[in-house]
Amino acid sequence: MSASAETAGILQGTPVVPGLAFGPVVTIVAGIPEEAVTAFRDRFSGTARDALQLFDGAVAAVAASLADRAAKASGDAAEVLLATAELARDKGLRAAVAKRMDGEVDLPDALHGAVNQFADLFAKMGGLMAERVTDLRDIEQRLLARIVGVAEPGLELPDVPSILVASDLAPADTAGLDPARVVALVIELGGPTSHTAIIARQLSLPCVVGVTGATTVAPGTPVLVNGITGAIEVNPDTAGAVARVDAERIRHAALASWNGPAATSDGQRIKVLANVADGASARQAAAAPVEGVGLFRTELCFLNTTTEPTVAEQTAIYGEVLSAFGPDRHVVVRTLDAGSDKPIAYATPAAEENPALGVRGLRLSFTDPSMLERQIEAIAAAAAVTGTRPWVMAPMVATVAEAATFAGRVRRYGLTAGVMVETPSAALLADRILTVVDFLSIGTNDLTQYTMAADRMATQLAHLTDPWQPAVLQLIAITARAGQRAGKPVGVCGEAAADPALAAVLLGLGITSLSMAAAAVRPVGAQLGQVTARQCSRAAEVALAAGDPAEARDAARAALSRLTE
Amino acid sequence: MPTSTVVVGSVVGLHARPAAIIAAAVNETGEEVTMAIPGGDPVDAGSAMLIMALGAALGDPVEVSSPSQSAHDRIAALVTQDLSA
Repeated sequence: MSASAETAGILQGTPVVPGLAFGPVVTIVAGIPEEAVTAFRDRFSGTARDALQLFDGAVAAVAASLADRAAKASGDAAEVLLATAELARDKGLRAAVAKRMDGEVDLPDALHGAVNQFADLFAKMGGLMAERVTDLRDIEQRLLARIVGVAEPGLELPDVPSILVASDLAPADTAGLDPARVVALVIELGGPTSHTAIIARQLSLPCVVGVTGATTVAPGTPVLVNGITGAIEVNPDTAGAVARVDAERIRHAALASWNGPAATSDGQRIKVLANVADGASARQAAAAPVEGVGLFRTELCFLNTTTEPTVAEQTAIYGEVLSAFGPDRHVVVRTLDAGSDKPIAYATPAAEENPALGVRGLRLSFTDPSMLERQIEAIAAAAAVTGTRPWVMAPMVATVAEAATFAGRVRRYGLTAGVMVETPSAALLADRILTVVDFLSIGTNDLTQYTMAADRMATQLAHLTDPWQPAVLQLIAITARAGQRAGKPVGVCGEAAADPALAAVLLGLGITSLSMAAAAVRPVGAQLGQVTARQCSRAAEVALAAGDPAEARDAARAALSRLTE
Repeated sequence: MPTSTVVVGSVVGLHARPAAIIAAAVNETGEEVTMAIPGGDPVDAGSAMLIMALGAALGDPVEVSSPSQSAHDRIAALVTQDLSA
């Protein structure tokens, strides 16, 4: 089984069921031998009534064998088999077959014509209907097999775990699949709502559809199927493919079962939180295994209007988010972060030479704090209505005085006050800022941009706007240590928290919470559970000592060697 | 003959599952029931394939007809329901 250069390659399709699988290609036994059909035509000399009787017998046999298999299957598979049996028994199909035997009696022809009549119509209707054509073709093949007296077509089960490749699969083919012997499905045609996809999902079989050229791969050829990216690697390196499949299986098992709360394998806790923007995203995130919200961005309710929303309007929007998490999970609300790349007409200055370094975030309240006051009032009102105790933090803070003034405003309403650490100044002054606030939250995106003096939108500067930059890690470390000395929480929100390896480094630096997109929660949580606190500390040390982001990543990953990616 | 025009209630239209449910209900009544797109040829509502072939989408009008009042009522009501779940 040696991979030769000319046959190796990658085919691409649409992934429908995630997972990795490696094995030789098997194909479906398709069609009925032409000789069997010819032999039937030669020996059959009955009337239209005889032929229809033969047809009814075939229908009964096919429906019975499908029902028999449905009884042995379960769930969706059983339902698909029963639906196919119903379709075989359909009165409309029988009527169409009967109608085609007026003159000459050729049952195979009449069956083919009747099926074509419906198949053409469904294909023309497109969409979901077009996907039913496969079912019809399958029924035709099964009925024809019974009529001419040969075995129904289908899959010949392989002896070794194999990858089933076909131009399309009929529901009856997929319904009887044994996941121990067929480990993935690769389909040249078919869409994401096809029966193949439904069954593959139920069996958790990695599945890729719409793979052009799939059926040109010879049976027996080893392929690696990636149900996450949709890539089919033909003739890959065997050892490498097996290793990747094993690693993915371990990762998947950990992911599926991870249900929070987050902790290292030796019990070091860290809060995993979600970033949300409104009621809808909050309700979605509340279903994930998170302990709350580390960053509620309030910009959305201001961006969609031409004038500032009233206190009552703001209260309603904040209340939606707070009630999604209830009194037992905490929510950190960030006050309006307008300006720079998020201008708001009625709030931000019109023309600035350099908006990223201009009047943005908390700075909007310097000349007129009334808008900030109204927002805090609305947050407090929403907290009272929902019976929750949100924390409130300000963006774009650079001095201790700014933090103190903001904390004073928030505490007047009885709320917990914090500030974001996005400027190198705030990180360097973390010790002193923590004497006036209750918590800190590091915004790694802006902290990286301001530390490296590199615009995060500038693609040529992507190597600089990398949170693994040693200077950025150093500022995070300073902030985390300040939090430990003060005994106050220091969280991280931003892209960095969603990178599983970096999340481990952050834990090692002493960060107490990680806030990220809800979709990133399980990968981060599961992978933190596979390393020890000591490994995280070691990873933090080597990342801090590294010369550049690439070296930092490699060194951290080596220290976390059990962290599989 | 009891005939009425009702509006399709299934979100996916009269696709595989709704069509199968309606056809099964018709065959259960043992009565002849037809369905048609207004102005089109009526088809045997005991056939899921013929129902699908109508190509009726959510909100489309469909004419239901049967010599039996009770069969007509039952099938007309089914067409207006969302059977796609």
